[in-house]
Order: sequence, then structure tokens, then C-alpha cells
Amino acid sequence: MSNVLYDEPGPRARRRALVGTVISLVVIAFLVYVALSRLADRGQFSMDLWGPLIDPSNEVFSQVWELLFEGLRNTVVAAVLAIALSLVLGTVLGSARMMLGRWQRLPLVGLIELFRGLPVVVTIFYVYILAQSTDVDISWLPGEDGLWYLVIGLTLYNSVIIAEILRAGVASLPRGQREAALAVGMTPRQTMATVLLPQAFRTMLPALISQLVVILKDTSIVAVLGLYTELLRQGNLIALNLDNPIQVLFVVGVIFILLNYSLSRLAVWVERWLSRARGGTSAMQAAEGAVAQT
Amino acid sequence: VDPVLDNLDLYWSGFLRSLGICLWAMVGSLLLGTLIAAFRVSPVASLRGFGTAWVTLLRNCPLTVVLFFMAFGLPEIGINFSYYVFGVGALILYTSAFVCEAVRSGINSVQAGQAEAARAIGLTFTQSLRDIVLPQALRSSIPPVGSVIIAMFKNSAIVGAFGVGQDLWTVGKNLSSAQGYDALPVFTGVAIGYLCITLTAGALLALAERRLEVAR
Repeated sequence: MSNVLYDEPGPRARRRALVGTVISLVVIAFLVYVALSRLADRGQFSMDLWGPLIDPSNEVFSQVWELLFEGLRNTVVAAVLAIALSLVLGTVLGSARMMLGRWQRLPLVGLIELFRGLPVVVTIFYVYILAQSTDVDISWLPGEDGLWYLVIGLTLYNSVIIAEILRAGVASLPRGQREAALAVGMTPRQTMATVLLPQAFRTMLPALISQLVVILKDTSIVAVLGLYTELLRQGNLIALNLDNPIQVLFVVGVIFILLNYSLSRLAVWVERWLSRARGGTSAMQAAEGAVAQT
Repeated sequence: VDPVLDNLDLYWSGFLRSLGICLWAMVGSLLLGTLIAAFRVSPVASLRGFGTAWVTLLRNCPLTVVLFFMAFGLPEIGINFSYYVFGVGALILYTSAFVCEAVRSGINSVQAGQAEAARAIGLTFTQSLRDIVLPQALRSSIPPVGSVIIAMFKNSAIVGAFGVGQDLWTVGKNLSSAQGYDALPVFTGVAIGYLCITLTAGALLALAERRLEVAR
């Protein structure tokens, strides 16, 4: 706990903290009770509503879960594609920005700032409109068109974020790394590809993994636009049919939380592992400075 | 005829409405997030547990799920508001978890020696908190909280796309579908509207950060 704020508690402070704990527990329990009884009053715990989700003998149980798994698969496919493409494009953009001269990189900086400032939902919808109103044909790509509107939109946004994360990673390296590589006769491109980027990736691994959580969460944005049947939209369609939005959305929310929570634990674990391997916290601080994602 | 320039007044009113969503959600999430942060650092164990659960759940749940849960779930138990209220409410709940973590990181960044020194020269608990710890904590919270708020401004477009009425997104929808303008220029206008909000906020934050750095 942060001990900046308090002294070591004495007997009186400990007693007060205990009283506070009991009182707030009572308040929290009361609020939970009010919420649960409200749900019960409205019949939200009836098996009519929950059965399709939790009762294997229910006639639509297997169908509902088949649909949910299809939605989950679509979510994961979109997320994996967007992650892979963002990493590749982000590396290219980031190293191009670092290697170009002050004036040559200006258009690139403009592009990065543009896509960083645009809300992802706008970018995705814009890709969709662009594909509709121009003659660009994306039907040759595998999968539905909606998948690619989502993947391209997410890639445009996240690749510039990854480019900036990598730039922060390279900036956090000691200057001698680059100087030494150039001094032994490596070209700037070799220096970037074999000396700077590998170290930057390693330093920024926690930040990169956190960005993956953001991508996974952002796939569900497309449910608002209705372009692609990922997990949330699939859940919504099921809820429309069975008329049980609270129950289905609860299950969908739990799936998302479990997935994202395990990914964020992985990020924390990697962060610890890295700082133990190196015996310092500088990488963590650099990573924290670079990520401000929600 | 130019679809954007001919309808500048519509865009302007939509822009103000979108800005309104951003500002309400900003005030709400700052208040709620700071309260949850206070819970998370309080000496009361049950409040700490509540704060931790709140942050873990909301940080890992997509905003769209929170939004759908409020807009489609709450009416089932007899809680009915307009989509505008549900939209702003979902933004506040979701963003509060991130504000909480940003504020908490600011509090944790104050070195323990500061509080120890304050006590050593005889300041009382209230004095050391008010004059030594909190001013430093607030200052180092500003950059991360600012980035969280800017991200929230961007997320407000999701609420707009969900449909709250009369905002930038609705203006774009009406112009392109009901009035038959080309969607491409119409939504370029919408995108510029959002860029005005996010880029301005980003510039303001950068300015604030620079001033704080000088003051340090």
C-alpha cells in the first residue's frame, strides 16, 4: 500500500480502520442486495432467460453456444490479423520516421498525427465508405468484406501507435549503441534493423502487449456500426431473438474480461521478468511514458 | 453544391453537441475516477477491494459492452433514460477506471522521503498531506490523466456512432442517407470535426506538460 499518505497505524487508527471496513462492507452488501432484489423482482433470474446459456438440456443451448463461439472466433481472427498487420506496418512507419531527415519525414509525421487523432470508429467507418464510393475491390481478400473494413481501420490506428512506442523504445537506448554500430561500418538501415529495433522491441514489450489488449477490445467497436459479426454483435443478435439482453451481454462481458485480463497479466509478468533480467526499472518507466491507451 | 460548406450550421450544432458529450463525460469520469482512486489508497480494506474490482472489471471490458449493457440491459429492469444519458454514463463508468489508475500512479510517484521529511520537521498529518504530498501527486498525475481524457474524447465517437441524436455523427448520417449527399465528403466533415476536438485537446495537454516541467 502507498505509505506516503499515512503513518504506521497505531492501535486507535487500526480500530478506526476496522470500523470503517465493517461499515463500508455493510454499505456495499446493501447496494448489492438492492441490485439483486431489483433483478429478482423483474424475473431476471428465471431459467427462461438463463436456460439457453447455462442449461445444457435446454433446446437452444448448443445452438446459442455455437453462435457465441463463432462470434468469438471472428473476434479473435480480426484481432490477430489487425495485430500482425499493425506490428509490421508500425515497425516500417516507426523506423522510416527515425531514419528520414527532418524535412523528408514531415509528411510521415503528419500522417501519424492524423491517424493518432482520429477516433478508431471514424477510421473504420471511413474505410467502409471509401470502399463503397470508390471502385476499390477488396472481395479478393479471404473472409467477408466487413472483416477487412475492421482490420484495415484498426491497423491504420494501431500501427501509428506502435510506431510511436518503438520510437520511444529506441530513444530510451543509450546513444552509444547507434554510434558503435555506425562506427564499425554498418549502414543506417543495418543499424536500425539489427541493433536498435531488436532492443527497442524488448524494452517496449510490456507496452506492446498492452496495446494488444486495446486492439482486442477495439474489435467490438464494429458492433456499433454493424459491419461484421464479431462476439458482441453476435451476442446482440442472440439477445434480440431470445429477448434476454442482460444475460447474454453478461456472458459476452465475462468472456471479454477473461481474455483481456489474462493478456494484461501476461504484460505485467513480462514487465517483471524484463526488469529482473536487467535489474533496473528504466524500461518500465519508458514504457509507462509511451502508453496512454484506454 | 458542397455537402459540407452548405451545411456548416448543421455541422456546428452537431459539433457543439459532441463537445457537450465530451465535457459531461470528462467532469463525471474525473470525479468518479478520483473517488475510486481514493478508495484504492484508503486504509479501509473493503474499500480497497471494491476499488480494485471496479478497475479490473472496467479496464478489461470493451466500452461497447458497457454501452450495450446500459442501453439494452437496464431498460429490462425498469431503468429508462435517453440514449444520451446512457451513452455519457457508459463513457463515465469506463473512463473512471483509467482515471483512477492515472491518479493512483501520481500518488505513488511521490517519494516516501517527502512525507517522512514533512513529519520530521513537525508538520501534522493534515499539513503534510495538504502542503507536501497532494500538490506533488496532483502535478505528476496531470500528464497521464490528460492522455486518458483525450482517449475518452476519441471514445465519445463510439457513443455518437451508437446514436445519441443531434451530434456530429447523426448529422453525417442524416446528410448522407436522408438528404442523399455523397457519404465520402460528408464523413470527411465529421472526421474533421472530431480532429478539431482531439488535436486541440492534445495541444493543450502538451502546453500544460511543458509549463509543469518548467515549474519543477
